[in-house]
Amino acid sequence: MRIIAALSGGVDSSVAAARMVDQGHEVVGVHLALARSESTGGKSRGCCTLDDARDARRVADALGIPFYIWDFSAEFAEEVMNDFLAEYQANRTPNPCVRCNEHIKFRAVLDRALALGFDAVATGHYAVLTSGADGPELHRAADADKDQSYVLAVIEQELLRHCFFPLGASLKSDVRAEAEARGLRTASKPDSHDICFIPDGDTAGFLTKALGEKPGPVVDVSTGRDVGGHQGTFTVTIGQRRGLDLRIPGEDGRPRYVVDIDDSTDTVYVGSAEMLDVDGLVADHVIWAAPALTAEWSDVSAQVRAHHHPVPAQARILDDTIDVFLLEPVRGLATGQTVVLYSDSRVLGSGRICQTRTVSGVKRPREAQRA
Amino acid sequence: MSNDSDVDSARDVNLPRASAGGAVHGSARHFVDHAATTPLLPQAREAWLDASAVAGNPSSLHASGRAARSIVEQARESIADDLRTRPSAVVFTSGGTESDNLAVKGLWWARRARLGVADAIVAASAIEHHAVLDPVEWLGKHEGADVRWIPVDASGRVEVDFIDHLLSSAAERTALLSVMWANNEVGTGQPVREIAAACRSAGVPFHTDAVQALGQIPVDLSEVGATAVTISGHKVGGPFGIGALVVDPYENLVAVSHGGGQERDIRSGTFDAPAAAAFAVAVPLAVEEQAARAARLQSLQIQLVDGIASVVPDAIINGPVVGDPATRLPGNVHASFAGAEGDALLMLLDAAGVDCSTGSACTAGVPEPSHVLLAMGVNERTARASLRFSFGRTSTDEDVAAITRALPGAVERARRAGSVSTDRYRAARENEVDR
Repeated sequence: MRIIAALSGGVDSSVAAARMVDQGHEVVGVHLALARSESTGGKSRGCCTLDDARDARRVADALGIPFYIWDFSAEFAEEVMNDFLAEYQANRTPNPCVRCNEHIKFRAVLDRALALGFDAVATGHYAVLTSGADGPELHRAADADKDQSYVLAVIEQELLRHCFFPLGASLKSDVRAEAEARGLRTASKPDSHDICFIPDGDTAGFLTKALGEKPGPVVDVSTGRDVGGHQGTFTVTIGQRRGLDLRIPGEDGRPRYVVDIDDSTDTVYVGSAEMLDVDGLVADHVIWAAPALTAEWSDVSAQVRAHHHPVPAQARILDDTIDVFLLEPVRGLATGQTVVLYSDSRVLGSGRICQTRTVSGVKRPREAQRA
Repeated sequence: MSNDSDVDSARDVNLPRASAGGAVHGSARHFVDHAATTPLLPQAREAWLDASAVAGNPSSLHASGRAARSIVEQARESIADDLRTRPSAVVFTSGGTESDNLAVKGLWWARRARLGVADAIVAASAIEHHAVLDPVEWLGKHEGADVRWIPVDASGRVEVDFIDHLLSSAAERTALLSVMWANNEVGTGQPVREIAAACRSAGVPFHTDAVQALGQIPVDLSEVGATAVTISGHKVGGPFGIGALVVDPYENLVAVSHGGGQERDIRSGTFDAPAAAAFAVAVPLAVEEQAARAARLQSLQIQLVDGIASVVPDAIINGPVVGDPATRLPGNVHASFAGAEGDALLMLLDAAGVDCSTGSACTAGVPEPSHVLLAMGVNERTARASLRFSFGRTSTDEDVAAITRALPGAVERARRAGSVSTDRYRAARENEVDR
């Protein structure tokens, strides 16, 4: 088959591409130019990932495959970065990597690749693809620590036919060893954890710079007292504990978390961990990686963060949304986050959380305030 | 080392057509990117190897040093003779970009000091290579220069009226005017003789980048009285890493890099005797073979333009009318294929064994729409849908045949990809400021 290997410049995509070459496919390496660097006046000709682009090029050289840079910076700015800012501005908590997978890596890239006569795109994600009775199935990776099925759950089942994840059955340590054995320079490269367009990891700083400061009070819901300040409601997220500048300690001495945000008054509410327990959610923007659920409740497991354990749940379709009842409460769930539904190891689909329900008996803090 | 090499053998030598590196797929490459670089002449390589065996530093005063210096000076004289200028005018540099930077900044600084005008004017055509464009912009941003971009017509030819008006109204404030001899993307030849004469009578220094012109059209510096002329080694079959700025020895010029004072104190750095020797082998061949080569390249040019018209009838040929070397470089063909993206076309042709260019290579390999086409009034979408084919010494009819064979399928696929690419992003980008 004719395959586009997305080469990020990291060890995983390097080995994924190498394996596709070994399998006898006709492989072309592509590095995506996504974020534009401010230091070059916003021109993608000096994109912020010069090191990565160079590493990707050298991997392609080592594998003896052609190499190109595809410029998706305009798409990335619109679909990922602007969305990221808009979501935070609306006090939701987006996952830009999920968004990028949905709109760029497995949509824009795949569309272009297929039109240009390629059959599929291969990436270094850790997930397993199998073919089942109802079409391709996306499963969790063999390496539980590296499993990335969560961030891939935004790929429609139809598109999974054109995807290859050659690392799904491997352990990360084996992939590194293989890169080493193949003599790839990326073998010892550290994993990236930051959001690619916020390389210093200072998300709050990035948001304040982009959205401006909008200071307001931090109020302890148990006492109603003003206990601190913030630079903008978008700089905090539900469930956040660290990085809050609280001047007055809590009465019971226990840690306090962001439990609610009221953007009409720019007020951030803090309270105890228990107030964050959520046992139900509704998600829109639903994408099915498997045949869709029905209006009847189904037993599933639900995962609400990339690095989080799944909890048993029941889910059903409700109009254009999915309605999820969590059998074990999950703490600190923010709207905007992605919920992924699994049946055992198989990804069923995903949605963007638009409503959460706290555990019975505990009122939303804002309602408590108003009562 | 000899300068009177056999012209025919140079053309007939069977040079390796694929570049080194792991990513060369397929064996038969059709290299139609001679404007980017043209293969090293075997005679030049020989000259380089011979000179590299001489041990001395050309600046040293002992016998070994003198031997090395002799190679440099012989090369200087040879190149001066070929271009019909004097040896003292030839300043060796690392290539076209350095020569252009030295000319633009060096002449502007020196002349500004003499004029005593802090915001002296620097005028350059809007279609210059980045090696001129960017230093001009830099002078504007960092040195307070009053930057004037000379507009071009739809064929890429500079508006001489604009230059005449500038020279008649602001000569005493103008420190430099730069117009390339011929454009690297669409091949437009510029009226450099006329512009040089106008600048000379107005007392304004004139620089011209002749990197693309040399070897394709006559470059006789005794006829074109420019203050400074840029040439490059690897564009004429010489090695990479050497070029020259041919600059009037009596013209004041501020150095860009300072050091040991080589090259009239304008360009410090150890003389590169082997590169100069090899360069000096390539230049006379470029000059002597020019007329014969131009005729041959022009025939390939016409064949390709006809071929493109027959396989992709709605393709647009950009630039001046094809077939007259006085207005267009004979080795250049530049075409737009509406609805297809240039980089997609490039990739598909690459897979079919054809090495061509979108005309706007850049360091990160990310394509930007060509400022040359935009200056010619081409819209951004069409500019992105373009390819440049450039013929040179080793080009043959088979290269043309390979292009016309591969093009229809490539255009069809690239158009399919273009139709799925989201136009709204492109539209958003068109609103961005671009030079």
